[in-house]
Amino acid sequence: MPDTNESIQALAQQEYKHGWVSHVDADQLPPGLHEDIVRAISAKKHEPEWLTEWRLRAYRHWLTMREPEWQKPKYPKIDYQGIIYYSAPKKKPEVSSLDEVDPELLETFEKLGISLDEQKRLSGVAVDAVFDSVSVKTTFREELSKQGIIFCSFSEAVTDHPELVKKYLGSVVPYTDNYFATLNSAVFSDGSFCYIPPGVRCPMELSTYFRINSAGTGQFERTLLIADEGAYVSYLEGCTAPQRDENQLHAAVVELVALKGAHIKYSTVQNWYPGDKDGKGGVYNFVTKRGMANENAKISWTQVETGSAITWKYPSCVLKGDNSVGEFYSVALTRDRQMADTGTKMIHIGKNTRSTIVSKGISAGHADQTYRGLVKIMKGATGARNYSVCDSLLIGGTCGAHTTPYIESANPTAVVEHEASTSKISDDQIFFLRQRGLSEEDAVSMIVNGFCKDVLSELPMEFAVEAQKLLGVKLEGAVG
Amino acid sequence: MTDPLLEIRDLHASVDGTEILHGLSLTINAGEVHAIMGTNGSGKSTLTKVIAGHPDYEVTGGDVLFKGRSILQDEPEQRACAGIFLAFQYPVEVPGVSNLYFLRSALNAQRKSRGEAELSGAEFLALVKEKAKLVDIDQGLLNRSVNEGFSGGEKKRNEIFQLAMLAPTLAILDETDSGLDIDALKTVAHGVNSLRSPERAFLLVTHYQRLLNYIEPDFVHVLLDGRVVKSGGKQLALELEDKGYAWIEEEAAGSGSISVA
Repeated sequence: MPDTNESIQALAQQEYKHGWVSHVDADQLPPGLHEDIVRAISAKKHEPEWLTEWRLRAYRHWLTMREPEWQKPKYPKIDYQGIIYYSAPKKKPEVSSLDEVDPELLETFEKLGISLDEQKRLSGVAVDAVFDSVSVKTTFREELSKQGIIFCSFSEAVTDHPELVKKYLGSVVPYTDNYFATLNSAVFSDGSFCYIPPGVRCPMELSTYFRINSAGTGQFERTLLIADEGAYVSYLEGCTAPQRDENQLHAAVVELVALKGAHIKYSTVQNWYPGDKDGKGGVYNFVTKRGMANENAKISWTQVETGSAITWKYPSCVLKGDNSVGEFYSVALTRDRQMADTGTKMIHIGKNTRSTIVSKGISAGHADQTYRGLVKIMKGATGARNYSVCDSLLIGGTCGAHTTPYIESANPTAVVEHEASTSKISDDQIFFLRQRGLSEEDAVSMIVNGFCKDVLSELPMEFAVEAQKLLGVKLEGAVG
Repeated sequence: MTDPLLEIRDLHASVDGTEILHGLSLTINAGEVHAIMGTNGSGKSTLTKVIAGHPDYEVTGGDVLFKGRSILQDEPEQRACAGIFLAFQYPVEVPGVSNLYFLRSALNAQRKSRGEAELSGAEFLALVKEKAKLVDIDQGLLNRSVNEGFSGGEKKRNEIFQLAMLAPTLAILDETDSGLDIDALKTVAHGVNSLRSPERAFLLVTHYQRLLNYIEPDFVHVLLDGRVVKSGGKQLALELEDKGYAWIEEEAAGSGSISVA
């Protein structure tokens, strides 16, 4: 385990350290949602006719849908006409070198600890930075393109690789999928696009950092990641937002396509603004993430969810091909008035498909958390196997943890195992660690990090360190 | 004249509103080994927890001075950093946290509080190698989660290993001998004996004289009903082994506290 204590101390000073606002001139559409807005977004992005039509079909379908109410977290009605659906930094994002990027924006990403400076190659991570609605800069593109890897903003992919976008957009999450995915399909602004050619092992971590900046805007990005036959890619996603009193809506869609024998590892560290102690403000993080695994392919989701007022997401795997593998590793930490309803869906279609679910939930303060997971074994999924373990850790006596696993099996040869546990941090553990010289907060942080070890160890190294620090910071003041 | 290392004056302490210590006094100087003996419920474990600052125990009277300064207002981690170590009777498990990671964090936290530089990875591992020999602890245990799946003997050995690593000035061992077979007991005793030094004092809490065959105390105190009722040299432990505690109870009932030391 990396050494983190000193960093935790250093980082611990602020309640939410990404709460600042960047003063960047923005090119915004007026708030509101109707067909003209959808057309205007499409026009701003110079999209081809077919994509404009796709958006409009999604919008019309959305009008027929009702906002879901089955989830545990309740929230006041969202005024969809009050949201700004498109906001972009005024300076043109299509830049060829870093010198052309607005210095204020560069500074923003520096503050977040994300260097867009391609010279700093030491980190070995290629970054696509999405600021409000627009991808600002993608690093390491040329180097990656030598191996045929395409890593760019979604808008650029629409222009430069329309055949790939047309083929795969909506192939995993159709525009009719659910209320928020459908809304996203109509108004999505940008996001990341990635294609790894057959047999290529992507030589570096690919990463997207999302930042909501402007007030009153929603963020609706769309990520499409395709690993062709036998390819491998590890992808990281990080998110922050300024501290604002109103709630901001983030409704993203992520689609992963793993072709025959491909392996996609997708990791998220989510730290959207969670709102203040009394639950005022914060991001509504309503996200649809799903991967399609073909024959012998493998998709691993790893997520560390620490932010947002409400998190509502179920990164899922459709195990379509025989022998395909799906994994879901999750840590969700909620405190104060935060709510999270998260989990996964593993849909076993192919023969001998396997899935693993490891979910670790930590609640403190008045937070409320639900693990909701579905393991579905279809009729043809002979020899399918699933193993699930859901552990909850409670800090204090006013928080809640709920586990709601759904298992549907239509094939008698399937083996499905589910384990769940709920525990509290014991006073004896804390006293023991304090007796050895650790402060109470470091003790709690150490116990929580230990509790999450099985998930954190799935993260790429740089992210694991970041996630550990983040958990430490998030636990500050959560005890006692 | 230098202050005693630990001075306990007329200490009263309760847990859940019940008073367990009823005016306990004890003085320990640097370099000394003291043994506390007594029947179940006499307050032995309570005494160790109160010295270490367990939040469940409330001090209702008297004082505890460490190096001449009252520590009753100090947090447990402040007491630890000042040099007080407690080897637990029932060492707790911390799942998912490797023994070495935990120890390095603890050691560096203590060093930091004393204004010393933190140990680098290499320096730390060299120290681990040196101290692991002392208690004959298996390298495999060091990388496992703290006490998780350890046998009773391994847990106690791990406590002594932590003691060796953290090098406190006052080491309190709460029934470290309980549940140990004779070989483990010898190993633990060997570890403690090699850690004896003119600067360091030990307070051994034990039920049985057996441990004292291997760790020779300078003083033996008998605790009864939350007070020290008899103190003496190591021969007192042998006498207790021989005659049990009843005669002490009678003596105490007759004349109150008796001190030989």
